[in-house]
Amino acid sequence: MLGLPWPFDTEYMQLALGAGLVVGASAPLIGTFLVQKRLSLMGDGIGHVAFAGVAAGLLTGLSPLWTALVAAVIGAVAIEWLRLRRRASGDLALAVFFYSGIAGGVVLTGLAGSLNAGVLTYLFGSILTVSPADTVTIVSLGLFIVVTVGLGWRTMFSVILDEDAARVAGLPVDVLSLALAALAAVTVVAAMRVVGVLLVAALMVLPVGSAQRLAGSFAATLRWSAALGAGAVVVGLVLARWLGLAPGATIVLVAAATFLATASADSLRRSSARPGSPLRADA
Amino acid sequence: MDPVLSVDGVGFSYGRHPVLDSVSFGVGAGEFVALVGPNGSGKSTLLRVLLGLARPQTGGVRLFGVPPAALRNRWRVGYVPQRSVVAEQLPVTVAEVVTSGRVARRGWARRLRADDRTAVDHALASVGLTDLAGVKLAELSGGQQQRAFIARALVNGPELLVLDEPVAGVDVDSQELFRASLVHMVREHGAAVLLVSHELSAVADDLDRLIVLRRGKIAFDAPPGDLTAAGVSLGVHREDLPVWLEGPG
Repeated sequence: MLGLPWPFDTEYMQLALGAGLVVGASAPLIGTFLVQKRLSLMGDGIGHVAFAGVAAGLLTGLSPLWTALVAAVIGAVAIEWLRLRRRASGDLALAVFFYSGIAGGVVLTGLAGSLNAGVLTYLFGSILTVSPADTVTIVSLGLFIVVTVGLGWRTMFSVILDEDAARVAGLPVDVLSLALAALAAVTVVAAMRVVGVLLVAALMVLPVGSAQRLAGSFAATLRWSAALGAGAVVVGLVLARWLGLAPGATIVLVAAATFLATASADSLRRSSARPGSPLRADA
Repeated sequence: MDPVLSVDGVGFSYGRHPVLDSVSFGVGAGEFVALVGPNGSGKSTLLRVLLGLARPQTGGVRLFGVPPAALRNRWRVGYVPQRSVVAEQLPVTVAEVVTSGRVARRGWARRLRADDRTAVDHALASVGLTDLAGVKLAELSGGQQQRAFIARALVNGPELLVLDEPVAGVDVDSQELFRASLVHMVREHGAAVLLVSHELSAVADDLDRLIVLRRGKIAFDAPPGDLTAAGVSLGVHREDLPVWLEGPG
């Protein structure tokens, strides 16, 4: 155990901090791309499919984290495949998996006789009960996301900027889009124990909403969103231990409060600025 | 020598609705060609087919002598879409937009090198955006934004540049810079340019050929002087093109 000050002076808080920091930083990295693709709710859709995976794990006796990962990746790739093939619009594809996932999860947990508090740790998160093994898995998944985005963000940026132009340039747009969906699935599963499948999309999107009001470039948006996500986890954990609150939901509320603060400050700044920009040369 | 672009008997339909009917033409190296036609004439579909974004039902397209899907050095083709949509809230700088055009040539996980930065600087300078490289795209005018996307298409030094309505809603200064960039590409670098536009006045004097598409067929393919000799102005062609060229698609 590390010699950290209160409130991180206990082993369970240190494990929560380690897992939370990695998830808090990595989830908004993927969220930045989803927001630009207007798929902000994709994390929610994948989260519900992941819940079905958790239920399958409880039913079969396999690790719910790994069964959730398999289900989430399959679901995410299927959602993106439907969108790419124009078999369904983005929101309809999400809705299909959204409701099928949660319904499948409830049926499977019922069959497993596990519709109890154990399931709630996945629905709403239970960051204070993560084991050292869970932390290693979560940190590994999170680092995989950070490294992949660090290496390939310019390529993914090219695709989300303009899919047709990226295709003409020779980029494998379909493969990259499916890879982004799979990364989103990995993110959801990594964040599942921190904030729960019902709130995971918030950690992917809210820090991005704040970051794009503070940053001056796309690269800076990635850095700001990761920093704000990690900051929300730290502040959320402090408040949760201090006030005895549910940690996952507190983390999300901190991220939401940050978003409201940055959005309000941005609105004030815009309203106080003179109308029209000196850079604009035509209407 | 193969032309840069050859379109041979291309036919395309959406379901039972024919859009392109036996369209054939070519564009050679160093040629500046404009493609015009009324709404619904099939221009956008033709553009998608010749860029390899849609597959023709009949006929074929060859870019640098091979089908679009088989072209390995895709950087040889530069493409400026009609209007790229960037979420207004997302901070994206002009330099980031232009640099994104360099990614496919560099490799997805490779760091940008000095020659990439030089190419980006050169492309920015060619459209007069050097001083605005670090500015967010959302803070620029429509014309300046469009010039950023043109710079993205120029960043690899393409041998064929395809532009879809690039000056729609663009201010006069930007149109002049745009014209200078295209003429520089054609005259100095020997690149071929295929411009799809309703508004040709900015480049009317520089065109080598004009192609008019009507109801999915080529209605006119000749030097623009053949039209202007008949008193037809390319800048306001919607009003004064002869009925056999304009009118309902």
